[in-house]
Amino acid sequence: MALAQAKSEALAARTDGLSVGGSGWLGAARRDAQARLSAMGLPSKRDEYWRYTDPASLTQATPVPAALFDAGDEPPAFNGILALRLVFVDGVFDAGQSDDPALAGVEITHLSQADGVDIHWAREVYGVLEARGQVPVQRPLATLNTAYATEGFLIRATARAERPVSLVYHHNSTTSDAMLHHCIKVEKGAELTILEQGPAAARITSVMEVEVADGARFHHIRAQGRDHERRAATHVFARIGAEALFKSFTLTANGCLTRNEQVLELAGDDGVAHVAGAAVGDGVFHHDDTVFITHAGLRCESRQVFKKVLMNGAVGVFQGKILVKPGAQKTDGYQISQSLLLDGDSQFLAKPELEIYADDVKCSHGSTSGAIDETALFYLQSRGVPKRVAQSLLVLAFLAEAIGEIEDEVIAEDIRSRLEGWLQRHEH
Amino acid sequence: MLEIKNLHVKLEEEDKVILKGVDLKIGAGEVHAIMGPNGSGKSTLSYVLSGREGYEVTEGSATLDGTELLEMEPEERAAAGLFLAFQYPVEIPGVGNMTFLRTAVNAQRKARGEEELSAGEFLKIVREKAKALKIDAEMLKRPVNVGFSGGEKKRNEILQMAMLEPRMCILDETDSGLDVDAMKLVSDGVNALRDAGRSFLVITHYQRLLDHIKPDVVHIMAAGRIIKSGGPELALEVENNGYADLLAEAK
Repeated sequence: MALAQAKSEALAARTDGLSVGGSGWLGAARRDAQARLSAMGLPSKRDEYWRYTDPASLTQATPVPAALFDAGDEPPAFNGILALRLVFVDGVFDAGQSDDPALAGVEITHLSQADGVDIHWAREVYGVLEARGQVPVQRPLATLNTAYATEGFLIRATARAERPVSLVYHHNSTTSDAMLHHCIKVEKGAELTILEQGPAAARITSVMEVEVADGARFHHIRAQGRDHERRAATHVFARIGAEALFKSFTLTANGCLTRNEQVLELAGDDGVAHVAGAAVGDGVFHHDDTVFITHAGLRCESRQVFKKVLMNGAVGVFQGKILVKPGAQKTDGYQISQSLLLDGDSQFLAKPELEIYADDVKCSHGSTSGAIDETALFYLQSRGVPKRVAQSLLVLAFLAEAIGEIEDEVIAEDIRSRLEGWLQRHEH
Repeated sequence: MLEIKNLHVKLEEEDKVILKGVDLKIGAGEVHAIMGPNGSGKSTLSYVLSGREGYEVTEGSATLDGTELLEMEPEERAAAGLFLAFQYPVEIPGVGNMTFLRTAVNAQRKARGEEELSAGEFLKIVREKAKALKIDAEMLKRPVNVGFSGGEKKRNEILQMAMLEPRMCILDETDSGLDVDAMKLVSDGVNALRDAGRSFLVITHYQRLLDHIKPDVVHIMAAGRIIKSGGPELALEVENNGYADLLAEAK
């Protein structure tokens, strides 16, 4: 009872000053989320799914200030990729810095212009996929976002987009508190790539709902900003149709708190869902990947590949689950979470889960944490490779399986060179 | 070229003395072989020379052309011209064989103040040398030693040696796990590298490798010391009679 009261008080404090806007369909979806949120309250460390990550700084009324960060001479992520850029500064869309949102085969609408318009496709996505993703595990921060977010885009691809849409998140204020909510629909047979980059704010709570229709293809690659003090709680909810493809890769370098949740449902037959992440942290760094993949269709394939490199007391968390529903025969599920601990101070906490209700499935999971392979290190050194370079080669090799999930070779190379740069700056 | 004087080595973590005063001098262009029973310290000698961790040198020295090796990092020893062909080459998943070779070659060139090879130059040289060792393009692309057969791993060691062009090569049981044809191929690779400026130390259990790589001097090692040295006939003696007589003689 005391816990329930504490949660409700925390919720009141967190939402103080926020309002649920809109009189149309969007307003209705927000009010629905508000009601769902007050029923569940905000998460606390006593919740099963927050045991390894303390949500206090994500749920407290105002964000902990985060110093701005100078990336030095490192170019922005995806620099060489020609994309349609939509820029947000501290969580607020900046049309002046953005491209004209016109891209053949893709409709792009800002959330603020959606409420009055009868956008049918978004009505079936906004808050809908998020609500589906609340069972069996509650994700109150996503619901908070659905209720109160006023920034974000509704993006619908009806054909193969000739360029990716790049969402760029700048962080200019030490006390900014951002909420972004994007809805994406990739129609039957269409293909879209979404890029995301940047720290966004001192604190960000984001939701991306993705509907991948039958035979459609969706790629998502993000590079979370290098700001040491930023805090992020991100959510991706996706529903993947028959013969559809969903691929998501996240690079995280630095950040004092990151919780990336991905909730994916393979709803049709022969769908494919791959999620991968490479996270590198030095010192005050807490990085949590929480993934839930539901297999509902026949012959679907899912892969979870998460790798973390941790040093000087950095903490990595992985909670990954594969749920195979009754009748989802011939499921092929793979899950691997691994950490490379570069010293004895860092830690990795992993909770892999499988729940299977079909009898003809192939599911594997593995989780390891270990130190750098001294034998391999010596082998490289004995060939004249300096220790630092040899270590960097081995760390990149450790991360290779996750980076290998990126289909676009140019983007993969960009991610690889950013990791190389990070390793050079964080010599161990 | 290589001069080892009164080398004493113990394991770092335990009080186990492995080398108890090894003396060895290898001149430029010479090939020396070391034979000896299991546990006599042959592999330890090769690891200590190349700088592997876990060993403590309690006495003695090892110099390469007058420069003390034992105080250098493993990569510095490599740049100085030392090469160890491993008994068990290490698999490194995720690092391409080609990337590995190029990184190694260029790191050594850089350490010696030479210009790095361009991708094109490197490719041309590596293809040529790989061909002689019957290493195909596929093997060069694969991660270092991953999924290689025993023979492929050993050929890959010789390829590295050919690319790095060291002056002092140590072959640690390079014949182990090789069939007759592979042994011939590997030996040919080694023999092709023999010249007046390059020396070899061949560690082996069997005389048959020495049929292919003809040594100038054969040493017998036992209980951490070299107990006898002689010409190639010494290897034949071991092959025919085993070590018992030699060990008895040494006592």
